[in-house]
Amino acid sequence: MTRQERTAWWLTGPVLAIVAGVFLLPVLLALALSVTDYSIYAFASRANVQFVGLGNFIGLLRTPLFWRALANTALFAVLGVPMAIGLSLAAALLLHDKTVRWKPLWRVALFAPYVTSVVATAVVWRFLLNTRYGLINYALTAVGLPTVDWLGNPHASIPAILLFVTWKIFGYNMIVFTAALAAVPQDLMEAARLDGASRWGRFRHVTLPAIGPTLLLASVMSVAGFLQIFAEPYVMTLGGPAQSTVTVLYFMFDEGFKWWNLGQASAVALILFVLILAVTNVQTWLGRRNQWL
Amino acid sequence: MKRHRIRSLVANTAVAVLTAVTLVPLVWMVTVSFMPRGASSHFPPPFWPERWSWENYYELLVRRNFDGAWFDYRIMPALWNSLAVAAIATALGLLLTVPAGYAFAKLRFTGRERLLKVMIAALVVPGQVAMLPLFLLFKELGLVNSYAGVILPGLAGIFSLLFVRQAALSIPEEMLDAARLDGASEARIFRSIVLPLLAPITVTLALFLFLGSWNDFLWPLIILTDQHKYTLPVAVAAIVREHAADGELMMAAAVVTTMPVLLIFLPLQRYYISGLLSGSIKG
Repeated sequence: MTRQERTAWWLTGPVLAIVAGVFLLPVLLALALSVTDYSIYAFASRANVQFVGLGNFIGLLRTPLFWRALANTALFAVLGVPMAIGLSLAAALLLHDKTVRWKPLWRVALFAPYVTSVVATAVVWRFLLNTRYGLINYALTAVGLPTVDWLGNPHASIPAILLFVTWKIFGYNMIVFTAALAAVPQDLMEAARLDGASRWGRFRHVTLPAIGPTLLLASVMSVAGFLQIFAEPYVMTLGGPAQSTVTVLYFMFDEGFKWWNLGQASAVALILFVLILAVTNVQTWLGRRNQWL
Repeated sequence: MKRHRIRSLVANTAVAVLTAVTLVPLVWMVTVSFMPRGASSHFPPPFWPERWSWENYYELLVRRNFDGAWFDYRIMPALWNSLAVAAIATALGLLLTVPAGYAFAKLRFTGRERLLKVMIAALVVPGQVAMLPLFLLFKELGLVNSYAGVILPGLAGIFSLLFVRQAALSIPEEMLDAARLDGASEARIFRSIVLPLLAPITVTLALFLFLGSWNDFLWPLIILTDQHKYTLPVAVAAIVREHAADGELMMAAAVVTTMPVLLIFLPLQRYYISGLLSGSIKG
């Protein structure tokens, strides 16, 4: 072994061991756990654990609440990704405008919600969304719109939580998009301008193709993020009203750590993983096909 | 020229309005936390306290004696727990991943490329998949309800390692080889040449690790069972599920949880944002 090699193992050994022990090993064990009926009885004696094959997965497909959780999570992603990416892009385009002053100041202020704790800001938004005393309903009445029972109406609860999530995360992709916008080739822009292309035309045919890969990457990561929503319903709605905000992860948490059906919960975790992987792959494939990448 | 001025006015106003709307929840959080109990439950909702009061902070943070029994919301202990957990997680995280990231970038050793591939592949696996077996493993090891149990999973810093590696790749090879020819040991090279060069991204990484640990919720919620060991987000979530109606009190709890990270973030935001960009470009 060379001196360099020995040093390398000293430097990487500890973190590799931890990755193996608290990540890779548990992921493999998750596969094993998902084909057992591991439950609270297993805490008393290992003998109570039995191999059930795909029983957990089949059981899940027969559980209405699991389907509900899947549908809710899908709705979060389908509504949330365009909302969040749209606002990020709009804010980035605004910040990119040559005439805007004090850009670093705006940038930091718009980004600030991203670094705060989800739990703490979810508490704040619970009160902002309060039906009677919340600022949001006050703003609605001020412009003559009817008030909404945001967190009490099963049809409004997901949009309500999405307002909060969008507020919290849009700053992240806004920063990513401003960097991408700064890299749009200026000579191409100038040529389009000289050719008389409209503002929209320039955006559509110069800006959009240039930032396409960044947009795609951001939306792939956003989908994965939205599929993992947990703390927001846990704090704001406890999964309600009428189970309208039970997400896959919320379901997994309840199944695993409230009812202690760890085998079943592990199956949920694996299904979530496969879903994230599938959606990510489809998006990347779409991107390649349309040559955004 | 006139069109230019109108455009400037519109764009600047739009940015200012967007920023104001974004900051309203945070400002309102602070003002409501200083309102006397019940003052925020009025229509129209007050934005500014009529009378500034510390009573919510007093109730939240100070342990009081009711008829011989001590009572508190355990926010102060949670604050110290969070601080200690985040500080230790950050220090250990840096200690583990900065040298390893450098080794993966600049030292030649057998299996390096293969290990790298494994780790990049592991990045796609969401952490939640590991959580249930990890809980059972930690139960066997007696780590449930311990700070070690909270911190340990976060130390499997694949992202941090790749982040450091990315930065270390740009260290010129000649510089290291020259030091080797001069007879410097590998440890000496790391300390005297590599570490100073990696200092800025170490600050960035420290910020990521600290904020990540401070804001972490699901895993501490799972692994901590004793209220006295709760970190701030877990403690706040527990209170809000019981005392949701006490708006002013909950706002004070939110202020205590968010302000420390905002105070750390604001002076160091340049490091955070540059780190965010280098991470996203790599993909």
